Amino acid sequence: MVTDLFSPTVLIGILTSGVRLATSYLYAAIGETFGQISGVLNLGVEGIMLVAAYAAYYVVLKTGDLALGLLVAILVGGAMGLAMAFISVTLKAEQGISGIGVYLFGLGLSDLLYRVTVKSPQTVTGFQNISIPGLTDIPVLGPILFNQNVLVYGAFALVPVAWFVLNKTSFGLAVRAVGQNPEAADTLGISVARIRYITVTLGGALSGIAGASLSIALLNLFQQNLTSGQGFIAVALVYFGAWKPARVMLGCLLFSMVNALQLWIQVLNIPIPSDIALMMPYVLTIVALMFAARAVVTQPAALTKPFERGE
Amino acid sequence: MVAGQLFLFVDPHISSKSAAERLPFFRRFYPRKETLIETQRPRFDLGRLDFILIPALAGGLGLLVGALMLLALGANPLDAYAAMLQGAFGSPNAFSDTLVKAGPLLFVGIGTCIAYRCGVINIGGEGQLVMGALAATGIALTFQDAPAIFLIPAGLFAGFIGGAVWGGIAGILKVKFRVNEVLSTIMLNSIAGFIMTFLLTGPLIDPTTADNAIKIPQTQRLPIAADLWRWIPTRFHAGLILGVVIAILVYILLWRTTIGYRIRAVGFNPRASQYAGISVARYQLLAFLLSGALAGLGGAVELFGVTHRLFSDGLAHGFTGNAGFNGIVAALFGGLHPVGTIPASILFGALLVGANQLQRTIQVPSAFVVTLDGLIVVFVVASQIWAQRKKRVIER
Repeated sequence: MVTDLFSPTVLIGILTSGVRLATSYLYAAIGETFGQISGVLNLGVEGIMLVAAYAAYYVVLKTGDLALGLLVAILVGGAMGLAMAFISVTLKAEQGISGIGVYLFGLGLSDLLYRVTVKSPQTVTGFQNISIPGLTDIPVLGPILFNQNVLVYGAFALVPVAWFVLNKTSFGLAVRAVGQNPEAADTLGISVARIRYITVTLGGALSGIAGASLSIALLNLFQQNLTSGQGFIAVALVYFGAWKPARVMLGCLLFSMVNALQLWIQVLNIPIPSDIALMMPYVLTIVALMFAARAVVTQPAALTKPFERGE
Repeated sequence: MVAGQLFLFVDPHISSKSAAERLPFFRRFYPRKETLIETQRPRFDLGRLDFILIPALAGGLGLLVGALMLLALGANPLDAYAAMLQGAFGSPNAFSDTLVKAGPLLFVGIGTCIAYRCGVINIGGEGQLVMGALAATGIALTFQDAPAIFLIPAGLFAGFIGGAVWGGIAGILKVKFRVNEVLSTIMLNSIAGFIMTFLLTGPLIDPTTADNAIKIPQTQRLPIAADLWRWIPTRFHAGLILGVVIAILVYILLWRTTIGYRIRAVGFNPRASQYAGISVARYQLLAFLLSGALAGLGGAVELFGVTHRLFSDGLAHGFTGNAGFNGIVAALFGGLHPVGTIPASILFGALLVGANQLQRTIQVPSAFVVTLDGLIVVFVVASQIWAQRKKRVIER
């Protein structure tokens, strides 16, 4: 039975699901990368994803309009990101704990609204797979990469865009400056608060898409704690990826591939304890964090430190 | 300002007389004011007055926003809060349920106080509760025929050690490998959940259901000898008394001993502590070990006092019910003081029990209370700026 796992169809199946499952991690982690590079650790990603996932699901359930659902998820995510920015930038609250607060708030609120408004579990018709003509026919790679829904394409397209914005634009320079040396950036006339507000709100909006990618594209349903820790993993993946979008993407794929493998192990009824398989990416992340911290310091110097202008 | 900072260099063990001894007798009972400087407050030291004001402010705001949410849900906020009060304190049974719910929050909360006073952030309460409960389960299932006199102390001690190991991993990762403890503890929470589910569907599964097609991840009923004393007919158990005793002991540890002084000094100003000859790494590790150990003990107490068997829903929170996070909330609310954490835990225990009543009588889902918890955390942490502003005014 274990040999089933290595048959071409199953391997392609695992890789296809792996690419698809990476979507939510990607949106959340790339969004979080912006915030962290500017010096704000937004640990509330999980809570934002949950509320946005519910909002998108509810809109699609009532109207059937996927674009509207996605838009609402972005707005809800952006609004919660804005709130997080207010807490961590203006009120200068400790970011780890306030993130836990936002998580609990999102966990409770999404469950509360779902129970009040939806009552019994219902599925929605989510984003359908779009095969890209021509590219789908490429052997092996075609079905894996080019027969996915639009949110999957968007997630992978986001990686080079994020790299470009962060490294090749003046906005990206400002973001990095604010995270490395807010005092110097402030002297140069860059508003530390404004940049951090923008990055954290953007991160929130992208977390909103991450939530929607679960509730109206991948699973097409909502339930309590739908994200089951993905938002927290996304935060860790940013460290894992050393604040570089391409490396963050590799981290996302690592997690999603193991998840996909684990799903197929269950489908094929192979007697490997799935909990141990599910645990491996977490262990690997910790090991990666050990080496990341030992290597040359790449962490934004002002990460988690509120900016206080000298008198 | 400078004088205050210099004062920190006087480590009681280095100077011939301890800092406390140099004070007039009656002032020795308030060493906080004298031994720690006011110049650079740790992020969470909320001063004297703020100790009451901030929780009151944050709690009030939370309840207010909660009332608005209840209105939006079409419920009368007064009725809803009355139902919650009734559910949490309305009868001896209700009150004992509140205390029982407060138990794990108290243990996690006391541990949280130690970690924060040392300047480290331990969000690993979930995982540490689980590892403590697993270790205690291991003892109870290995020595099934042992008498209570052995089983209970051994099980609780195993829980203490289990939690210490899980907290210690995060501690070593922080001090040796400079891994951010917020991330490592979150990862360790998930890992603990997977280890528990793996063990509960494999080696530790209830033997009577082991051959079923669908495996329920839970152990058999632990031996009766491992049950903590209970005040029948309520659910109040001896573990809660233990929690209160430990809160007082930790208060003494933190404010009446050299180790506690150094733990707080490290949290207060790590650099100055290092210059004063205090090993920052060692005390941060110690804080993680103790903080994890207390959460682990809380897991063992919950197991022997309430659930009497270990179970999982695939993640950690099937067993913990988010107590690992709620305990942090309680500690924050209690001013990060172990004794202050006692009433704060009871308050949040009451919220949890009241939530059930809310669901039964007013049909507002109990998830409402999770939302409220989150709001209160945000308000407590955010009100720090208010305290800091006030402090700055005083300094000028």
